[in-house]
Amino acid sequence: MNSSMTFDRRELDELRARFPEVVAFDKGRRNRNVLIGLGVVAYVIFCLWAFEITWERLTGGLDKMAIVIRQMVTWNDFWTWDFSGIALGLAQTLGMAFLGTLVASLVALPLGFLAARNVVGFSPLRHLVRRVLDVFRGVDQLIWALVYVRAVGLGPLAGVLAIMTSDTGILGKLYSEAVENIDKKQVEGVKATGASPLALYRFGALPQVIPVFLAQSLYFFESNTRSATILGIVGAGGIGMQLSERMRVQYWDQACFIIILILIMVGVIDWLSGKLRMHFIGKRDL
Amino acid sequence: MTDLAAQDPVVLFERHRAEQIRSRRGQTVLAILLFFTFLAFSINMSQFFPEKLAAGLPKIGDYLYDILPTLELSKLHLDTETEGSLAYWYFNLPTYLQLLLQTINMAVFGTLIGAVFGFLLCFPASRNLIRNYWIYFIARRIMEIARGVPDVIYALLFVWAFGIGPMAGVFAIAIHSAGALGKMFAEVNENVSTGPIEGVRATGGGWFEEMRFGVVPQVWPNFLSYIWLRLEINIRSSSIIGFVGAGGIGQELYYVINFNHYEEVSAIVLLVILTVTIVDLISERLRHQAIGKEQLL
Repeated sequence: MNSSMTFDRRELDELRARFPEVVAFDKGRRNRNVLIGLGVVAYVIFCLWAFEITWERLTGGLDKMAIVIRQMVTWNDFWTWDFSGIALGLAQTLGMAFLGTLVASLVALPLGFLAARNVVGFSPLRHLVRRVLDVFRGVDQLIWALVYVRAVGLGPLAGVLAIMTSDTGILGKLYSEAVENIDKKQVEGVKATGASPLALYRFGALPQVIPVFLAQSLYFFESNTRSATILGIVGAGGIGMQLSERMRVQYWDQACFIIILILIMVGVIDWLSGKLRMHFIGKRDL
Repeated sequence: MTDLAAQDPVVLFERHRAEQIRSRRGQTVLAILLFFTFLAFSINMSQFFPEKLAAGLPKIGDYLYDILPTLELSKLHLDTETEGSLAYWYFNLPTYLQLLLQTINMAVFGTLIGAVFGFLLCFPASRNLIRNYWIYFIARRIMEIARGVPDVIYALLFVWAFGIGPMAGVFAIAIHSAGALGKMFAEVNENVSTGPIEGVRATGGGWFEEMRFGVVPQVWPNFLSYIWLRLEINIRSSSIIGFVGAGGIGQELYYVINFNHYEEVSAIVLLVILTVTIVDLISERLRHQAIGKEQLL
């Protein structure tokens, strides 16, 4: 090997012959990568065709988007905007998220215990509760909102009910998992003192799961402030109603203002509830 | 005598406990007050009043009853013309299936585009990989805007710009996913080991080589699992994004709900639940396989 760390052709060939496994070129792997690449390209072409994405539509749409973005950042008649309506929308969103999460947590509490394997030994009941929770969870919040709007009319009540229904499904499942994961030793400790079955749950199980429940509910309050902002699109109240109305009549500047307000609100709620969560469960992760 | 009582551990303990309880009581009262104020505010804001609920709840029951199909056991197997048969309930099944495929395809294509852009954005958005603070700052803000706004809102915007149809939905999903995935990717990037990067640098590689041969091989498996997770989320949201006219089964569902084609509502909702459940099951199985193989997490 020469000292300047460069190789001439002959030396390279020699090295290749000496260490074939180091320089071996994996043909199978290259072929596989080429095949994957071709597959992706074919899929993209298929999608362009299936979704009718053409160059004219793309450029035309982008031109329109440029107009929208320009209008979003020029706020001319700012002081004439309907601030009280917007503030009411934000307040409604917060209220919907809070109440929906609260009621869902209260409903999910007994259901969570009923769906836990180590609480309910009688499996038909457990399975029934679980399937009900599955249905609540399987249907999207926005679909629930649309259904409730048909039933109780336009307005935030439909939104609360929608959040409540879908969150009962999710929280019920999470609660039941938390109950299934409790530490048996504490329950046994309480049992050793001769406690009644009810006291067993109160002092053995509840102290273990309550912080987890609280943290999960808080987390869903956060996530619901986000999702409550879009429930208004189907008429279920909140800031989304204000936003979608303005987008439909192309008041892009006001829409942009509302989006900024939503982002600020969500950020503040995230921060607050993060603090509270920390307070309840310490630095432990979920 | 008093001295002895003061030293008694039980007395000391009880005194200390009483002090703690007193100091906590004030906090608890304050917390409860805050809670009920906010509760009253929420009830007032969302009009969650007993009389409204009492008026509304029976209607919910009625509605749910209305959308249930009228099936008769003896006629279940009959053709689409007979009321009470499964075929009558699902007379529009070919259309539904086609829309369902479109929905899934929207999610897959949207996730693909989002993943590509998230991939491109995540390297400049990782504090340990980029020296220029402003590039980092801009990349982070772009991702925040992309993921902060819900995809339905983007869809509303794109429906206006690109016209009604799945194209708007795909772009809405893509832009939201790019932001969400970019953030996840960047977090993975910020935890990479510097060894391979330094190794590439030592051979004379530039920034792009460092990323390609130093970072990507370390983070790629994590990226893939995040993309898969995102796909799951996107399949859910692509089924409702049609509510604003952005294509897929949601558009049909919005139509049948608004025009009171009662039995079709339950037919479509059932299909959507089924699809989402199947995707959940598949991904759970895949996850378990991956965990079995890699022995981590």
